[in-house]
Amino acid sequence: MPAVQLNNIKKCYGALCVLDGINLSVEPRDVVAVIGQSGSGKSTMLRCINGLEQIQGGSIDIVGHRIEPGTHSLRSLRKEVGMVFQSYNLFPHLNVAENIMLAPRVVKNVPKPEAWETAQMVLKQVGLADKVGAYPDELSGGQQQRVAIARSLAMKPKVMLFDEVTSALDPQLTGEVLKTIAELAAAGMTMILVTHEMGFARQVANRTVFMYKGQIWEEGRSEDLFSAPKTPELRSFIAPNLK
Amino acid sequence: MIQSFGFSSLPILLYGALWTLILSASTFVAAGIFSLIFALLRVLGPKPVRLLIAGYIELVQATPLLILLFLAYYGLSFLGYYFPPLAAAVISLTLYATAFLADIWRGCIEAIPKQQWEAADALAMSTPQKLRYVILPQAFRISLGPTVGFLVQIVKNTSVTALISFVELTRAGQLLNNMTFQPFEVFLTVAAMYFIICYPLSYYSEYLQGGKRARSST
Amino acid sequence: MAYQMHFGPVLDRAPEFVDGTINTILLSGQGIVIGLAIGLAVAIIRVEGPRWLDRIAVAYIEIIRNTPLLVQVFLFFFGLPYIGLRLSADTSAIIAISFNLGAYSAEIFRAGFLAIPKSQIEAGLALGLTRLQTIRYVVIVPALKVVFPALTGQLTLTLLGSSVVCAISASELTLAASKVESLTFRSLETFLVAGAIYVTLTFVFRFTYWLISLWLFHRKDPARFQIAGALPHGQERVEA
Repeated sequence: MPAVQLNNIKKCYGALCVLDGINLSVEPRDVVAVIGQSGSGKSTMLRCINGLEQIQGGSIDIVGHRIEPGTHSLRSLRKEVGMVFQSYNLFPHLNVAENIMLAPRVVKNVPKPEAWETAQMVLKQVGLADKVGAYPDELSGGQQQRVAIARSLAMKPKVMLFDEVTSALDPQLTGEVLKTIAELAAAGMTMILVTHEMGFARQVANRTVFMYKGQIWEEGRSEDLFSAPKTPELRSFIAPNLK
Repeated sequence: MIQSFGFSSLPILLYGALWTLILSASTFVAAGIFSLIFALLRVLGPKPVRLLIAGYIELVQATPLLILLFLAYYGLSFLGYYFPPLAAAVISLTLYATAFLADIWRGCIEAIPKQQWEAADALAMSTPQKLRYVILPQAFRISLGPTVGFLVQIVKNTSVTALISFVELTRAGQLLNNMTFQPFEVFLTVAAMYFIICYPLSYYSEYLQGGKRARSST
Repeated sequence: MAYQMHFGPVLDRAPEFVDGTINTILLSGQGIVIGLAIGLAVAIIRVEGPRWLDRIAVAYIEIIRNTPLLVQVFLFFFGLPYIGLRLSADTSAIIAISFNLGAYSAEIFRAGFLAIPKSQIEAGLALGLTRLQTIRYVVIVPALKVVFPALTGQLTLTLLGSSVVCAISASELTLAASKVESLTFRSLETFLVAGAIYVTLTFVFRFTYWLISLWLFHRKDPARFQIAGALPHGQERVEA
């Protein structure tokens, strides 16, 4: 059974459809990269998957939960689906440990010692075990993003969504974040990544989806997609990136 | 009884100042409770509630405090309730202060970036949890400077209750003036006492807001 | 105990309300004009003036902002005769309101001046304008545009705050209402009518400010006239 299944989902603003009948199936342990121009709907699709945006047609099945137009109670779904944002969105008034422990403590009622242990474990996983007491504004962008990944991991999600997580970072800081994500992929986490990093998509994602004008234009094994794009749109999209 | 203004006059002014402080504190506490509720409903409530609160804020901000005070003091007593000056004063000051403070606090809540709500959403937090752990702690920090600044307005606003003969600092000054016929000395002293209460608050408010600016510029 | 509202006897006193309304418009109108002039002068002193003058300006602003208008009104009314100026209640009221607004608007104007990039002032000076000419032709209008909402908010407070001068029996709307109240004993109705007039006045004044902003800022992105807060501020409801 797929971990995530999008069935003909639609999202329109008036006559403009940013998502126009999307079908996508993601198996457990899949790492799916979503690429495409800005405005192609890739971030919107990701945000629909955990209900940050409402869909207007179709349905989404995700680790045993179903989202349909008008679905409101998404909390049980979000407990099992992690999301990492482009702008990190750490809570500035809480330190690293508090950021990570907050949701497990208040949402899942995990006792403090256990949450603390988990926090240390996920921080180690992202290579920031020494930053446990730091505040977000004391960290570099790359470090903040890794804390955000750790915060998401602490909820023990079954699927993780990454929304252009390196776009706000300086080039020299993207590497450390991509490395963290690659390690998660190697560990078998099911992931959907919206990304501009073509090389990374090619290496880490086993599947790549190319979106164009609110539709899935082309999809397949990453290797095939990048080495032999079928549509002219994809060809012209990846051409500058291959230099 | 005619006496001259001097040190012997201070007790009556200090008594008045005490009531100015009591009135200000009660108003702040009551208005603070209503303002928090209104600010939250204004941001999160259903549309009719939001419009209702917006209408209340708009209406009160377009009405003089003095008229609210007269309505509470003279007006409502005709409805069969007797409102002692203290009650009328606290009620009208609270109504008035809430209209401003709720607006200030709404601004502080709305100043928290949408992404903070989303991050909390993505972590499966409920609305009360988002408010309690993520939004309100941040909004509280932003609100400190403007809130302390508004406290100065509340203290000054209490002076109009003198006009329904509630004996606070200004009314004490009027009474003393009637006894001494030395209005200049009396009201200069009254003004000085208000200044002593308000200036530290103004200074602290500006310090809080200046400090914020300095931090965000680094 | 049910209370029947009777607006009849109160509305029979319409001439008193009309007089009061006109007096309030005149009183706050004059206060606003003089107050803004004081405020502008003090703001220029604070930005451009010598240090000793700036100190005096700061003292003036802090004293006014940290004492109630009502006490200021008493001080001007009772205090001016001490220095040989015997003024009517109406004149004292205008002076008190002007000096009050002067302090608040000075800080608002100053914030506007400080918001203008230094490069603009340098450009003006480089063209051979004097400092005052630079302020007059280069700084004031853009500065005013920045602070227009804050300024009009303050002017609304001045309009409504002018009600306290009834304490020295200066002629204005609240005093008129008090007289009607004492003649009709219809307190609730009287002050409801007075309140409604104040609300109307507030909106009329705001509309005027909006027209002024159109004229001042050449219709380019004028400070929008809005019944502030009456419409939800485009804030989307955050999903639960």
